[in-house]
Amino acid sequence: MTNKETILSFEDLEIQFTLRGQTLKAIRGVSLDVHRGESLAIVGESGSGKSVFTKSCMGLLDANGSITAGHIWYAGHDLAQYKTEKEWLTIRGREIAMVMQDPMTSLNPLKRIGDQITEAVVLHQGLKGVEAKAAAVKALEAVGIDDPERRYRQYPHEFSGGMRQRVVIAIAVACRPKILICDEPTTALDVTIQAQILDLIKRLQKKLELTTIYITHDLGVVANVADRIAVMYAGDIVEVGSCDEVFFDPRHPYTWALLSSLPQLGVKGEELYSIQGTPPNLFHEIKGDAFAFRNPKALNIDFVQRPPFFEVSPTHKARTWLLDPRAPRVEPPEHIRHLREIGGYANG
Amino acid sequence: MAEREKLLEVSDLRVTFGSRRRPFTAVDGVSFDIYKGETFGLVGESGSGKTTIGRAIIRVNPVSGGTVKYKGETISGRVSRETDRMVIRNIQMIFQDPMDSLNERAKVDYIVSEGLYAIDKHIPKAEREEKVARALTAVGLLPEFASRFPHEFSGGQRQRIGIARALVMEPQFIIADEPISALDVSIRAQVLNLMAQIQKERGLTYLFIAHDLSVVRYISDRVGVIYRGKLMELAGSEQLFAHPLHPYTQALLSAIPMPNPELERNKKLVVYDPAMHQYSESDPPQWAELEPGHFVRGSRRELDGYRKLLEK
Repeated sequence: MTNKETILSFEDLEIQFTLRGQTLKAIRGVSLDVHRGESLAIVGESGSGKSVFTKSCMGLLDANGSITAGHIWYAGHDLAQYKTEKEWLTIRGREIAMVMQDPMTSLNPLKRIGDQITEAVVLHQGLKGVEAKAAAVKALEAVGIDDPERRYRQYPHEFSGGMRQRVVIAIAVACRPKILICDEPTTALDVTIQAQILDLIKRLQKKLELTTIYITHDLGVVANVADRIAVMYAGDIVEVGSCDEVFFDPRHPYTWALLSSLPQLGVKGEELYSIQGTPPNLFHEIKGDAFAFRNPKALNIDFVQRPPFFEVSPTHKARTWLLDPRAPRVEPPEHIRHLREIGGYANG
Repeated sequence: MAEREKLLEVSDLRVTFGSRRRPFTAVDGVSFDIYKGETFGLVGESGSGKTTIGRAIIRVNPVSGGTVKYKGETISGRVSRETDRMVIRNIQMIFQDPMDSLNERAKVDYIVSEGLYAIDKHIPKAEREEKVARALTAVGLLPEFASRFPHEFSGGQRQRIGIARALVMEPQFIIADEPISALDVSIRAQVLNLMAQIQKERGLTYLFIAHDLSVVRYISDRVGVIYRGKLMELAGSEQLFAHPLHPYTQALLSAIPMPNPELERNKKLVVYDPAMHQYSESDPPQWAELEPGHFVRGSRRELDGYRKLLEK
C-alpha cells in the first residue's frame, strides 16, 4: 500500500445502453483510481453495473452500449476514445486481461486445452511452434495443473470446474498483462475450490506483479483477497476504502446492508437480515441517493439531492448524507459492529 | 431424539451410472434418517453425489441398491402406481438455478400448475387457479403474476416461483437442491427467510443440499457431510461446527470465507487428501457413533483419535 502510483483511472465515467428506443444509464458518473500492484474489489448486486464498468476499459461493451461521458486513462491514453477493434487489441489481453465467471462457457469445448493457451501465446508474445508449446505447458504448470504435458492434449470436458478455471487463468496471464480483471471468478465453484482459486490468483499477482480487480456480489469472499474495496450500487460507487475500513468501519447504509445479509452472520432460528425492495430502474433518472428507497433510515434529503463524497480518512470515502456534519447520528446495525471478533470454524 | 417420528429412512443407498461393464458408483452405501419437521443438510463438493441422493429419493435416478422408505413405506425400486403418485404428491423439489429450471415458453400459471396436472389431468379450472394463487401468495408474489412469463422476473423472484411450484402440491417433504447458490447475497437472505417461514407455517421437512457450509449451518438441524458418494460425518449442526472430526469436514469448514479481513489474512486452508487414511484389510473404515447423534467414518485407529479430540 506504500506504492500509490495510479495505473488505471476512471474519470466521471458515464455509460448508457439503448434498449428498444429507451436509454438506460448503467454507469452514472463514476471516478475511481486503480493503484499499481494493488488488489481492488468492486462489490455490488446483480445489475449494479460492476461488470459493465470494468468491461468498459477492455472495449467489451455490448453493441448497444457506449461511453457517453468521461475518460478512462491508461498509460497516457484515453480508452474512452477508442473506437476500432484494432485500437482495442493493443489493450485487450495484452495490457488488461479478464477471467470470466463461468469456466464452462469461456473455454471452447471443441479445442484442446493446449491449443487454446498456445493461441494466446502466439497472438500476444509472438512465439511460434515448439517455443509456443513450451510456453503454454509452462503456463499450465504455473497455475498448479499436474502433469501439464498430458493435460495439454486434453479437452475442456476432461477438466473439473476448478481445473478449468485454472486454465482460464493460465490463458489470461500467458499474455503477460499488467492488469487482471476477475469477474466473479469463483461463483460457479465449490467453497473448497473457491479458496484454492483465490489463493492461486493471489500468488500469481505477487509473482507477476499484477494489478488485480475483483468483481463480486459476495463481500465475504473479498475479505481474503482485497487491499481496497469499492461498493457499487445502481451504477455509482457509494463507498471506497481499504479492506479493513470497509469491513470494520463501514459508513454507507448500503454497505451495512450488504454486510448484514451475509449468511455467515446468521443466527439459527432468527431471521437473516435482508435488503427490502429492488434496485432502482435505471431507465429513469435517479434523484438523490439511489439507495434511499430501500433504506428504512433514509433522511429526507436522501430523496432530493445526490450526496457528494465525504472523506472519512485519506483512503476512505462514502457518498452518504449521514457523514454531513448536520446529519443525525445513525449507528450501523449491531451485528456488524464486531466483525473483528469473529472467529473461524476450523479446529475452533 | 429417539421418539421422534422418522419421515424418511435411507439405508445403504447405492446409485450407479454407466454400462454394466464400466459402472460408476455415484452413491455408495449411504444411510441416514430424516425426522419429521427438521431440516437435514447434505453438504459436499461437486460430484460428491449429493444431488444424486436427492434425485434418487424422488425416483428420478434409479436406485441400484439399498432402500428409501417414506413414512415406513418403501419408495425405491419397483413400486405400485399409487405409491408413485403418493411420492409425487408428498415430495417436491426446488432446483438450483431459477434461470434454467423454469420453462421459458410457459406462463407462470402453467409452470406452477404442472404438478397438479400430473395428478389429475381434468382438474377444474377454478380449483386449479385458486391453488396457484394461494401458492404464489405464500411465496410473497402477487396472484396476478400468473399471467406473466419467467423472463419478466428477477433471479430472486424466479426462485420464489420455483418454490411456489413445489408448494402448490402441498407436500410434506421438500428437497431443496442448492436453492440459493445461483443468487446474489442480498437475495439469498430473502429466500432463506422465506423457506424458514414456510417450514414453520406448514410443518414441512426439508432436505437441504448445498456445498456451502455457512448456509447449511444457518438453516439445518442436522448435517451430513458427503465425499465421493460416501458419508464422512453426520451430526447436529452446532455439534458439527463445534467439533468437526473428519479431516474432510475440517477442510470444508476452513474454506468458508469469513467477513473478517484480519482473520482471513492469517487463514490456513486445510486441504483434504483421501490418501491420508491408510485403510487396511485388518482395520477397514467403519461408521461409528462417537457421541449421541454424532457419527463419523474412520478406521479403528482413527476413531480412537477422534474420541480423544472429543474428550478435550
